[in-house]
Amino acid sequence: MTAAFSKKQKAVVKGAIISSLMAATMAFLLSIFMLGLRTKSAAGALVLEPRFTLVAGITVLVFSGRLLLHLFWWNKKALSSHSFKQPGWFEQLASSKKIGWFGQLALAQKLKGLGKHGGTIMIALCFILPLLLFFFNLKLGTGLPLRYWFDIATLILTYIMLGWGLNIVVGLAGLLDLGYVAFYAIGAYSYALLAQHFGLSFWLCLPLAGLLAATWGVILGFPVLRLRGDYLAIVTLAFGEIIRIILLNWYQFTGGPDGLSGVPRPSFFGLPFKRYGDQTFHIFFGLDYSSLHRILFLYYIILLLALLTNFVTHKMRRLPIGRAWEALREDETACRSLGINTVNTKLTAFATGAMFGGFAGSFFATRQGFISPESFTFIESAIILAIVVLGGMGSQIGVVIASVVMIGGFELLRNMEGLKYVFGQEFDPSLYRMILFGFAMVAIMVWKPRGLISARLPTIFLKTETAVSPSPQNKGDAQ
Amino acid sequence: MNQSANQGFPLLKVEHLTMRFGGLTAIDDLSFSAAQTDITAIIGPNGAGKTTVFNCLTGFYKPSEGMISLTHPDRTRFLLERMDDFRICSKARVARTFQNIRLFAGMTLLENLLVAQHNQLMKASGFTIGALLGLVSYQPHEKQAIELARHWLDKIGLVERADDHAADLPYGDQRRLEIARAMCTDPLMLCLDEPAAGLNPKESDQLNRLLLDIRREEQIAILLIEHDMSVVMEISDHVIVIDYGRKISSGTASYVRNDKKVIAAYLGVENEEGQGAEVKP
Repeated sequence: MTAAFSKKQKAVVKGAIISSLMAATMAFLLSIFMLGLRTKSAAGALVLEPRFTLVAGITVLVFSGRLLLHLFWWNKKALSSHSFKQPGWFEQLASSKKIGWFGQLALAQKLKGLGKHGGTIMIALCFILPLLLFFFNLKLGTGLPLRYWFDIATLILTYIMLGWGLNIVVGLAGLLDLGYVAFYAIGAYSYALLAQHFGLSFWLCLPLAGLLAATWGVILGFPVLRLRGDYLAIVTLAFGEIIRIILLNWYQFTGGPDGLSGVPRPSFFGLPFKRYGDQTFHIFFGLDYSSLHRILFLYYIILLLALLTNFVTHKMRRLPIGRAWEALREDETACRSLGINTVNTKLTAFATGAMFGGFAGSFFATRQGFISPESFTFIESAIILAIVVLGGMGSQIGVVIASVVMIGGFELLRNMEGLKYVFGQEFDPSLYRMILFGFAMVAIMVWKPRGLISARLPTIFLKTETAVSPSPQNKGDAQ
Repeated sequence: MNQSANQGFPLLKVEHLTMRFGGLTAIDDLSFSAAQTDITAIIGPNGAGKTTVFNCLTGFYKPSEGMISLTHPDRTRFLLERMDDFRICSKARVARTFQNIRLFAGMTLLENLLVAQHNQLMKASGFTIGALLGLVSYQPHEKQAIELARHWLDKIGLVERADDHAADLPYGDQRRLEIARAMCTDPLMLCLDEPAAGLNPKESDQLNRLLLDIRREEQIAILLIEHDMSVVMEISDHVIVIDYGRKISSGTASYVRNDKKVIAAYLGVENEEGQGAEVKP
């Protein structure tokens, strides 16, 4: 067998073994402290429990994994062309994977087959989904946990809306905003406080909350928008934290860490969703009382709010302001040379994004009925930003896919009971969500550095309507 | 039209312009003027301060001293050194291009040209809110803007590629697209920073014709910085030579070409100690 190896192949194999050994050493050094020793409280004292089999396992896994990657993935051409009269199936599988999963055929291109109707079909599906589930339960007796499903759908839609809102700021205008959750918080507290002190209804507070969030967007934006890139990111990050800390410490006004409870629920054209009362939703429509009515109503509210966000963004992209946002992302100096007031343009992007954040915030408050600063930590901003970045900056459908995968995925982890049989009863898969999230992030950045959907549909056409796939030139090179 | 009336009318007047960066004086007491419908070239060796002059004119730098005034045909006067860069384009109607091309690379050609018409379109769209709520009819204005864009795409011969990414164009086309984009802002003065840099002779010839076309049809002043002597000598009416931030010569192309000071600045002078000519490459 060895005789069949050419000199080059020998070198490749040797290199692969050395590189795998180095990776294994690294894994060993890292894991010996992090995984090899575990603190355990036993009989009043803290004892160290060595877990060297785990370390050995990890090391072997890393070594063999890297070796396999070297031999069959990275260097498969060098090795398979000559002596390894290699199985065609492997090549085929590898190449089909490349095209199908990560290759140039972006999902957008595939969705194009569905044509323009894809979006409409999806929206229609969102509208009839709850009714469909109801139908299944009633007629087919599937016994789905409806409340749980609606809650998850509502949660995903909330993140879709937040993602779309942030997409205006980050995806279109190219302003890295790490404190988007501040506007979400402002919206939530605006509604809760306005309802508590002035007794205003949800439907009146919704626009007010949006307006207040937009105002704060402008107030924050005005001094900081002359900053660029990293500096802007740091200041927005600080802004997010400032808002949270104010909410936490201004006890008399916001209730501090106790939060605000008893946030009023929305009503259906003045009909409350209550079990008892004269004019309630179920009495008016002659239905039996069910707590599902309210959940379903909330689902439709957030669906409409999210669609509004999408509709407005979609419209704005085709108006001069949207084009100016994108131009700003491409080259700010050129924008100024063309007579565009970049400060105003950035402020509108910031305010519009903040407004939708505010809407989503007041929806959050009315859904939860209780809000506290706990809900508006930096991790929320990070998740929303991750949704935008993973989905592909500026892509609306990308945000939807990323939200469904991320938020839905987190929920799915909670329900992976089957994994307990593999890893033992103590295994809680949802504890691993952040590490999986990290893996997803790295994987996307390696295979699709511009996000899942990187094709950008031009806002206007002289002749034909086609999605323009991203040009190889990096945006950063424009400088 | 009223070319004769405006011929030689000083559109731009630069007086005692000085720009210092810390201890370095990039422009030193420079004065010149540019007439409407003239093509004025600013030439000079590398580092002479040509681009700095442009950056002062278009508001990207605030000059340390001096006055830059631009007088429109209707006698409105703008003091450019006091204006914000974006207002210099939108109000004083001065457009510029950049030495290193600054197109909106990820957007299509048509979009690039529409962004240049931002201010008119913004007004037409009722500052977005009007168009969002359906209060104003925006479509006809957009059609007009597209027509203007098509006109300029036609001029630079890129109508066929209107829906392609700007980044996908070859270098020479990008240069011309940048000029078309600047023209879409409806300027009275067009400042071109080395438009012929990196062009082959054929492209540079196309550029000459484009610039002459623009001057003839739009009746605007063109100010250009150039290294490529073929462009400068063929099309410019007036040449200003600067070196170390000072004007060393000015006049017609043939005049400055034979000016001893200019030759000295470009090729070097005989050393004072008399050790022979030092020729810069």
